[in-house]
Amino acid sequence: MATLTEAPPAAPETPAKAPRRRGRRTPYWLLLPGILWLLVFFALPMVYQASTSVQTGSLEEGYEVTWHFATYWNALSEYWPQFLRSVLYAGSATILCLLLGYPLAYLIAFRAGRWRNLIMILVIAPFFTSFLIRTLAWKTILADSGPVVGALDALHVLDVTSWLGVTAGDRVLATPLAVVCGLTYNFLPFMILPLYTSLERIDGRLHEAAGDLYARPSTTFRKVTFPLSMPGVVSGTLLTFIPASGDYVNADLLGSTDTRMIGNVIQSQFLRILDYPTAAALSFILMFAILIMVTLYIRKSGTEDLV
Amino acid sequence: MTFVNWLKRHFVVIAGLVTLGYLLLPNIVVTVFSFNDPKGRFNYEWQEFSTAAWTDPCGVADLCGSLSLSLQIAFWSTLGATLLGTMIAFALVRYRFRARGAVNSLIFLPMAMPEVVMAASLLTLFLNMGVQLGFWTILIAHVMFCLSFVVTAVKARVMSMDPRLEQAAQDLYAGPVQTFLRVTLPIAAPGIAAGALLAFALSFDDFIITNFNAGSTVTFPMFVWGSAQRGTPVQINVIGTAMFLIAVLFVVASMVIGNRRRRQKA
Repeated sequence: MATLTEAPPAAPETPAKAPRRRGRRTPYWLLLPGILWLLVFFALPMVYQASTSVQTGSLEEGYEVTWHFATYWNALSEYWPQFLRSVLYAGSATILCLLLGYPLAYLIAFRAGRWRNLIMILVIAPFFTSFLIRTLAWKTILADSGPVVGALDALHVLDVTSWLGVTAGDRVLATPLAVVCGLTYNFLPFMILPLYTSLERIDGRLHEAAGDLYARPSTTFRKVTFPLSMPGVVSGTLLTFIPASGDYVNADLLGSTDTRMIGNVIQSQFLRILDYPTAAALSFILMFAILIMVTLYIRKSGTEDLV
Repeated sequence: MTFVNWLKRHFVVIAGLVTLGYLLLPNIVVTVFSFNDPKGRFNYEWQEFSTAAWTDPCGVADLCGSLSLSLQIAFWSTLGATLLGTMIAFALVRYRFRARGAVNSLIFLPMAMPEVVMAASLLTLFLNMGVQLGFWTILIAHVMFCLSFVVTAVKARVMSMDPRLEQAAQDLYAGPVQTFLRVTLPIAAPGIAAGALLAFALSFDDFIITNFNAGSTVTFPMFVWGSAQRGTPVQINVIGTAMFLIAVLFVVASMVIGNRRRRQKA
């Protein structure tokens, strides 16, 4: 504290006298409050959670740090199906987001013309309607006697998806398909916006050049557009996959007990069962699993400078 | 054959519009069902046209209370996160100092962390400290997760600023304060506004982190969550529709103003 009082941020010195010293300290004063906030309320909680995960005891008698690492093993062996499901659902939702989001991002970047602003508004504005309300709306859309289920049934799509195990009988709600549909919907804007940003940066003359060199549109896309949009693809997939793998809202509102993801388990362990060590261990396993997957993915896609 | 060719030529437009429809379909449903008169507790099936919910949006107990609580939290956390975030962004772009890399990763990490992990760890901190959960813990959590997004938004804007403009101001004998207020701040303003808007939307809509750290305090998303189990009043759809319309109006207005300014300058 002594050093803090020695040099107040707005020292009444004339700036010409000591501009260097002021300049050297200024960034630290600017950073101090925000970084302190993140250290106390983001980094420190992680430390507390780490210590909680190796504690044993009970809610009544209190907990003690006993370095009981078996909690991790027990949590993993009991809940690996939920982990696997999270990766599977979040992965499918990410791929669907990429397939659905790319054409729209491309449309806004190159084809929309004077409609560009309107389409951008329509992509962003749903953000402001509470995502819970919008997720509940999917209950109406996918309702058992609703038009979507009716149409899919008439086209015998539901027979195929039931055979694949992603729907059950003639329902869509409370099945994996509904959960993935909700996840895809909720995280789609996180895919579209980075894709649009990287597509928009591409010089249109490159497309002309490719055309002049007799490349067909599909070849131009494969050899020019898509590789140049890679930074957007990478950040879009990360922004979709990471939150989707920890989500428990879609699985809760649109799924059933058979579609519980790891987020649902963490939530119920923490807020209902009150088994804090197991909950903390699960949350750390999720964090490390994502960290490893993201590192591998970034290595593979070769845009390390991105993050 | 011609139809196939037409389809091929317009593939991007058709696929893009299909995605746009997918994005907007729930909003359409929310709007339509705000005029429903449901029989029973749940508003999932269409029964009869009614404007009852629109004329009495606060007719459900606790709904407008939770809404005003969410607005208050969003306001204060936007203020806090924007202030702290803007300071960090300026430090990161304008100064070279030690620990810059460490600061950058500390900013990046909250955005790359599943919300449930942050929510759970913050709850362990509060439980260990014996802090009473409620308004303040929600506010602390919201400032924490909005901060990184504000930094990113402001950084992008400040980075594209020409530092020579500030040098020019100083050459014209503007003091540091004057330079900041007259030159730096107006140029950075759109970035700061974007960051603040993002923070407001994130805070207002956050459910996962709030659910862990709210105790028995009920914000609007938590009210909606509870109503999914107990029965959803039509008023929720009314508020959802109103929020969508306000957002569209806001964006359109800001674009119109932006266009007019650009034209005046030209």
